[in-house]
Amino acid sequence: MNITIDYFLILSAIMLGAGMYGFFTRRNTLAILISVELILNAADINFAAFNRLCQNGLEGYVFTLFSIAIAAAETAIAIAVMINVYRMLKNNFVDELDTLKW
Amino acid sequence: MNTESIVFIVLAFFVALFSVLSVTTKRIIRAATYLLFVLFGTAGLYFLLGYTFLGAVQIMVYAGGIVVLYIFAIMLTGKTDKSKQYTLSLGKRAAALLAALIGAGLLMFVIISHQFVSKALDANITNEAALPISVIGSTLLNAGEGGNLLPFEAVSVLLLACIIGGLIIARKR
Amino acid sequence: MTYTLFIILLPLISFLILGLAGKSLSHKTAGIIGTLALGVVTVLSYYAAYEYFFVIGRDAVTGAFERQVPFNFAWLPFFDQGLHFDMGILLDPISVMMLIVISTVSFMVHIYSFGYMKGERGFQRYYAYLSLFTMSMLGLVVATNIFQMYLFWELVGVSSYLLIGFYYASPAAIAASKKAFIVTRFADLFFLIGILIYGFYTGSFAFVFDTPEGLASYAQAGILLPLALTLMFIGGAGKSAMFPLHIWLPDAMEGPTPVSALIHAATMVVAGVFQVARLFPLWVTYAQDWMPVIIWVGVFTAFYAAAVACAQSDIKRVLAFSTISQIAFMMVALGVCTELQTGHEHVGSVGYMASMFHLFTHAMFKACLFLGAGCIIHAVHSNEMSAMGGLRKYLPLTHITFLISCLAISGIPFFSGFSSKDEIITACMAYNPLVGYIMTGIAAMTAFYMFRLYYGIFWGTENKELHAAHHPHETKIMTWPLVILSVITVGVGVYTTLAGFGLFDGYSFGSLISADGRDYRIHFDTGVALTSTIVAIVAIALATWIFKGERQPIADKLYATFPRLHRWAYKRFYMDEVYQFVTHRIIFGCVSKPIAWFDRHVVDGFFDFLAWGTNAASEGIKGLQSGRVQQYAMFYLVGTILLIAMLLIF
Repeated sequence: MNITIDYFLILSAIMLGAGMYGFFTRRNTLAILISVELILNAADINFAAFNRLCQNGLEGYVFTLFSIAIAAAETAIAIAVMINVYRMLKNNFVDELDTLKW
Repeated sequence: MNTESIVFIVLAFFVALFSVLSVTTKRIIRAATYLLFVLFGTAGLYFLLGYTFLGAVQIMVYAGGIVVLYIFAIMLTGKTDKSKQYTLSLGKRAAALLAALIGAGLLMFVIISHQFVSKALDANITNEAALPISVIGSTLLNAGEGGNLLPFEAVSVLLLACIIGGLIIARKR
Repeated sequence: MTYTLFIILLPLISFLILGLAGKSLSHKTAGIIGTLALGVVTVLSYYAAYEYFFVIGRDAVTGAFERQVPFNFAWLPFFDQGLHFDMGILLDPISVMMLIVISTVSFMVHIYSFGYMKGERGFQRYYAYLSLFTMSMLGLVVATNIFQMYLFWELVGVSSYLLIGFYYASPAAIAASKKAFIVTRFADLFFLIGILIYGFYTGSFAFVFDTPEGLASYAQAGILLPLALTLMFIGGAGKSAMFPLHIWLPDAMEGPTPVSALIHAATMVVAGVFQVARLFPLWVTYAQDWMPVIIWVGVFTAFYAAAVACAQSDIKRVLAFSTISQIAFMMVALGVCTELQTGHEHVGSVGYMASMFHLFTHAMFKACLFLGAGCIIHAVHSNEMSAMGGLRKYLPLTHITFLISCLAISGIPFFSGFSSKDEIITACMAYNPLVGYIMTGIAAMTAFYMFRLYYGIFWGTENKELHAAHHPHETKIMTWPLVILSVITVGVGVYTTLAGFGLFDGYSFGSLISADGRDYRIHFDTGVALTSTIVAIVAIALATWIFKGERQPIADKLYATFPRLHRWAYKRFYMDEVYQFVTHRIIFGCVSKPIAWFDRHVVDGFFDFLAWGTNAASEGIKGLQSGRVQQYAMFYLVGTILLIAMLLIF
C-alpha cells in the first residue's frame, strides 16, 4: 500500500470536519479558538504534504512557516481580548457577550 | 507496505482520534490537552515528510507556546458557572454535526474522485538529506525569483503589531 | 393711491407685534399699539374716501365712479389658461364705504375696549385678535377678485372663532365658538363650490369682467352661472346668519361685548350682504330668475328673527336677533332690485342703494346699541333683563345714546335708520306691494321689541337689591364711542331726512353709492314714509303701554293667554333642537356611525393585518440577523456545501 497525497488530504479533511463541528457547537470562546487551531493545522498539513509529494519547490514549506507565525499572533491577541472580556464581565460564553449588540 | 506507511497510519489514527476528542470533550482543559496531542502528531507527520525544521517549529511554537498560552488563559478564566456549561440544544448539535459531516464527506469525495499526480511516501522521502537551514533562510529573505521577502516582512510587521496590541489590550486599567 | 395698501398692512403688523410679543408688553402698551394702528388706518380710510369721491371723482364720459385698482399682483399664476389668483386692492363706491364703516366701528371698539376689557387676562391677545379681524375684514372688502375675497372671508371666520372663544375657560364660549365656526364653514363650502364653478366656466375669478370675451364666457356658462351665484349666496347666508344658517349668531354673544358690536353686528355679519352686492351686476344680468330666493330667504329671516327677539330676556340675544332681522332687510333690498340703471324716479334699482345705505346706518346704530349693552353689562354684571330696570338714573349717557339708537332702528324720522329703512320699503313696494307690506309689518315689530328692550333696561321694575349691593356706574372712556356713534346716527338722520323730504337738494347717500354709480338723490315717497312712521310710532306706543310701568299687568296677561307662543318664541322656535336632531340622530346616527364602523373594522383592519403580517414575518426571519458568529459560519458552510454540490451535479 502506497501512501500518496490522498491520505494526507483525507486526514486533514477529518481534522477540518472536527474543527468545524467544534466551532459550531462550543460556547466557550477559548474552546472555539481551539477549534480554529484545528482547522489551521489541517491547512498546514496540506501545505506541507503538497509541497513534499507533488512538486519540488519550497512555497508550501514557507507558507506553513508563515501560517504557524500568524496562528501564534492570532492566538495571542484573541486570548488577550478574552481575558480582558472575562475581567470585565466575569463571563466567557459567546451567546452572553451581547452588551455591544444593542 | 513499508515502515513509513505503517508509521503514517499510526500517526494518522492518533491525530484523527484526538482531533475528534478535542471537540467533543466537555472539559475545556482536556480539549487543550488533546489539541496538544494533535499538534505533536502533526509534528510527527512533518518529520515523516522529511521536514525536520518545520516539525521543530511546530513543536516549539504551537505545542510549547500557543498551547501553554491556552492553558494559562483557561486557568485565568476558569471560574465560570458550572450550571451554564454546554446547554446547546440537541437539535442544534445534530445540525452542526450533520453540517460538519456533510462538509467533510463532500471534501473527501472530491479528493478521492480526483487523480492527484503524487509520489508515494517511502524511505527516500523521509531520509533524503535534510533541507539545510541556509536554503530555507535564503528562500525566505530572497527578493528575487522564488523569494519570499515581502510576505516575510509583512509577517514581521504583523507580529510586532500583535505584541503591541496584546500589551495594550491586556494591560491593567 | 398705493397708500391704501397700508390700510391692510398696518393691522397685520399690529397683529404680528401683539401676537408674538404681546406677553412682554404691558396692557396699556398693547392697547395703545393696536389703537394707534387702527387710528392711522381710520385716517387713511377717510382720506382714501375723500380722494376717491372728490379728487378722482366721476368719470367724465359715463358720469359714474370708476373702479380704481391701486395695487394688484398675480399671487398664484400657475394656470396656463389664464386663470390666476390675484391679490390686490379694488376701490369702488361700496368698498370705500365699507372701509369707512369698518375702520370707524373698529376704532370705536378699540377705544371702548380699554374700559371694557380693563384688567382682563389676555388683554394683549384680545387686541391682537381685534387687529387680525380688522385686517381680514378690510382685505375682504377691497378684494379684487372672488378668490381673494374667499381667502379673507375665511380669515374673518377664524378671527371670529378666536374672539367668540376668547373666554376659553368658559364651556359655553367654547361651544359657541365651535358652533359658529362649523356652521359658517359648512356654508363656506357652498361658497367654495360656487367659486370653483364660476372660475371653471367663465375662466376668471374677477367679479365682473366686461370685455367682449368675458361677456361671451358668461353667456356660455348658461344655467351654471346662476347656480354658482346661488351657491355663493348660501355662503353669504351663512356668514350673514340667514335662516336656517342663523343659529350660530345668538350663541356668538358669548364673546366679549365689544367683539359682538364689531364683528357680530356691524361688520362681519354684513359680509354676506356685501358679497351679494359685489356680485350684483351678475345677479341682475344673468340670474334675475333666481333672485326671489334671496328675497324670500330674507323676508322669512326678518320675520322669524323679529318674532324671536320679542320674547328673549338676555339683552345681547335680543340685539343678536335684531341684527339678523336687519341684515335680512338688506338682503331683501338687494333681492328686489331688478335693474342696474338708476333714474331720478323710484325704479327697480333703488334697492341696491337702499341696502348699502342701511348697511351703513345699521352698522353705526347697532354698534352703538351693542356698546351701550356692554356698558350696561359692565355696570350690573349680568346679561339678563331681570337684573336691570330703572337704570336711567345710574347710566345717563348710555341711556340717551341707547334711546337714540332705538329710535333709529325703529325708523323714526330725523334718525338715520328712518331714511335707509324707508328706501328699503320703497324698493319693496316697487317690486311687489306684498313684500312691501310684510316688511312694513316687520319694521313695526322691530320698533316694538326694541322698545320692549329699552323699557326693560332703563325703566320698568328696578332690581333694587342687586343695585344696592353693586352701585352701577359709567366709565368715561366707554361712553365716548357711544356719543360719537350716536352723533353720526343723528347727523346722518337729520341730513338725509331733510334732503329726502325735499327741503334742500343736496348730496345724499345715493349720490355716492348707487347701482350704476351715477348720482341719485333720495326723495321719499310720502305715502310710504308716512305709513312706516305711523306704524313705528304705534308700535312704540304699544311697547310703552305694556312695558313702561313698574308693574306690567298687560305683559303678564299676554304671557298667560299665549303661553305656548311665548314659550316657542323664547326657545327660538326650537331651531337649535331641530339642528341637534338632524345632526345627531340622522347624520351621526345613520351616516357617520356606519362609516366609522367601516373605518374602524375594515380599513383599520386591513392596515392592522398588514402591520401584523410584517411583524410576524420579521419575527420569523429575525433569527437570521442574530449577531451570532457561529450561526453565520454555519449558514456560510451550508451555502458552500450547496454550491459545491451544484458544481458537482451539473
